[in-house]
Amino acid sequence: MSTNKKPAAGTEQVFPKCKSGIRGLDEITFGGIPKGRPTLIAGGAGSGKTLMSMEFLVRGATDYNEPGVFMAFEETAEELAKNVASLGFDLEALIAQKKFLVDYVRVERSEIEETGEYDLEGLFVRLNHAIDSIGAKRVVLDTIESLFAGLGNEAILRAELRRLFRWLKDKGVTAIITAERGEKSLTRYGLEEYVSDCVILLDHRVQNQISTRRMRVVKYRGSVHGTNEYPFLIDEKGISIMPITSLTLNYEISNKRISSGIPRLDTMLEGKGFYQGSTILISGTAGTGKTSISASFAAATCQRNQRCLYFAFEESPNQIMRNMKSIGIDLEPCVKKGLLKFHAVRSTFYGLETHLVQMQKLIDDFKPDSVIVDPITNLINAGDQNDVKSMLTRLIDYLKAKQITTIFTNLTHLASLETTETEVSSIMDTWILLRDIELGGERNRGIYILKSRGMAHSNQIREFLITSKGVDIIDVYTGPAGVLTGSARLTQENKDKAAEDSRKEETEKLQRDLERQRKLVQAQVEALQAEFTAKEEEVKQKIAQEKRLEKTSSENREEMGRMRKEDKQ
Amino acid sequence: MDNKMNAKKESSKESQETTKASDVWELRLYVAGQTQKSMTAFANLKKICDEHLKGKYTIEVIDLCKDPQLAAGDQILAIPTLVRKLPEPIRKIIGDLSNTERVLVGLDIRPKAPT
Repeated sequence: MSTNKKPAAGTEQVFPKCKSGIRGLDEITFGGIPKGRPTLIAGGAGSGKTLMSMEFLVRGATDYNEPGVFMAFEETAEELAKNVASLGFDLEALIAQKKFLVDYVRVERSEIEETGEYDLEGLFVRLNHAIDSIGAKRVVLDTIESLFAGLGNEAILRAELRRLFRWLKDKGVTAIITAERGEKSLTRYGLEEYVSDCVILLDHRVQNQISTRRMRVVKYRGSVHGTNEYPFLIDEKGISIMPITSLTLNYEISNKRISSGIPRLDTMLEGKGFYQGSTILISGTAGTGKTSISASFAAATCQRNQRCLYFAFEESPNQIMRNMKSIGIDLEPCVKKGLLKFHAVRSTFYGLETHLVQMQKLIDDFKPDSVIVDPITNLINAGDQNDVKSMLTRLIDYLKAKQITTIFTNLTHLASLETTETEVSSIMDTWILLRDIELGGERNRGIYILKSRGMAHSNQIREFLITSKGVDIIDVYTGPAGVLTGSARLTQENKDKAAEDSRKEETEKLQRDLERQRKLVQAQVEALQAEFTAKEEEVKQKIAQEKRLEKTSSENREEMGRMRKEDKQ
Repeated sequence: MDNKMNAKKESSKESQETTKASDVWELRLYVAGQTQKSMTAFANLKKICDEHLKGKYTIEVIDLCKDPQLAAGDQILAIPTLVRKLPEPIRKIIGDLSNTERVLVGLDIRPKAPT
């Protein structure tokens, strides 16, 4: 028993494991179920035991070249083939290729009389024959408990079952035993007592009238395994289990920026837009344009030739496309090019976990670059608040790990504008708030970036316009009269313009007056100058005359002196 | 014992002549190797048949160790299993047939009456 358990030597696997091929199961069990040992799958009616074990065999036969034997105690080979055909499994083809074999064991108590000692060697012989005839590596016994109903001697049965599981181990086949969930114990007949290497529990729970399938690895001897309950989905491609809660917070981050599709919004985000792989929450009251912003982003994504997946929980794709076309965002070509994919479903259609699994599966298949969830508020209808938050956290972790940029829209009420009903704002990187601004008998849309991690975003409230040419963001009026939007903004702007115009005129007039004055003064100055020049001339002439006179008189005096023979010193 | 078990069909010809075809009891005993239980079952069966169905029965012994593919046909699980192929409907008795009373009831030789 547990003596086989070696001390876990580093990463070395203690037991070899067998890849089940079921999406997600191998991640949870870190490599698959125990190879060459029986695994017990327990669950209530309709929990998916048969399908899970069937997928184990089919995947083995198709993907791992390990033929499988299905020993059915409840359904005939034909019934089984029909049941699993809806999952895309072609049993008949596999049977023809000798990779698969169904042995239907019918146990009918009314047909059987028991007298004295017996054993189940017949079952062993049949199983052995089936395994040997196709070289099977995998075996499913579904549901061996039926023997308890068919045969009366429980003591013999228990002894034989113990022998059977021992025998399966010796045979070296990887086996799955299914069992009905019991009231007190794990299984109705306590099979976990015999099959104890690995026990998986399937569950089908209904909460608020919505059912969710979950699975849990109850025990896995000698191996670590995810211990949480994981939601799983059965659809046309088989079973998908989502090991999302096993994700950690060490995803890679990107410094790449991508446009939001609205140039002015990019400007508000440092002029570069969102970080690639970030999560953006757009919250706002009804009719504030959440879907319009989302659609702009979707269109921008497609313009970059990237893929966008749009989860619509409120409107049908056609309605969204029509509505967006009316504001100049034509999404139809994007859909036609296969770049945009809508997935519209009512949120109450599935349980929360199923939504999550479904979304994750679609993301896996479509491989989008950006995802829009419009709105997350509706998901609250599908579960309680705690569940919604944990689900969204898991979804966001998953998206971030894949570097997918995601927009979530969130409908809020005026009273709680800056709180999200799901309390998810803390896990968002960018939070854009849209709000009504009621002023002057009208409502206008305001946009504001509440937070944006890792960038110096604008702190301004801007007016958000939805026009026939798309979404536009313009400055609101901020002036002495306060913050104005819409027609009030226009009026105020006009008023301001008029005031400015009249001011301008005034100034111009003053300027003209001044000019005139200047010219007047100049003219006066010129006249005075002229007068002065004339006077100066006159004075100059007089001086010259005087000088001449003086000169003449002195000459005359000298002459007279000479004439008088005047003696001079 | 050995010889008897290997003799696949044991029938008493004289009785077949006197009875109608529908009265023929066609019995099959499934065993897996010659185990103690199988031997006991065969011996018990032989005794019961000789006592109650004298001259109008056949016993076919099938060893699943030799012909494992035959197990699925009659839906054999337990060993030993006695299958009444004829008269219809098919009936099955599992075990070493040590309780004669139950074998008789099981084979419908004796109705389920107060014992």
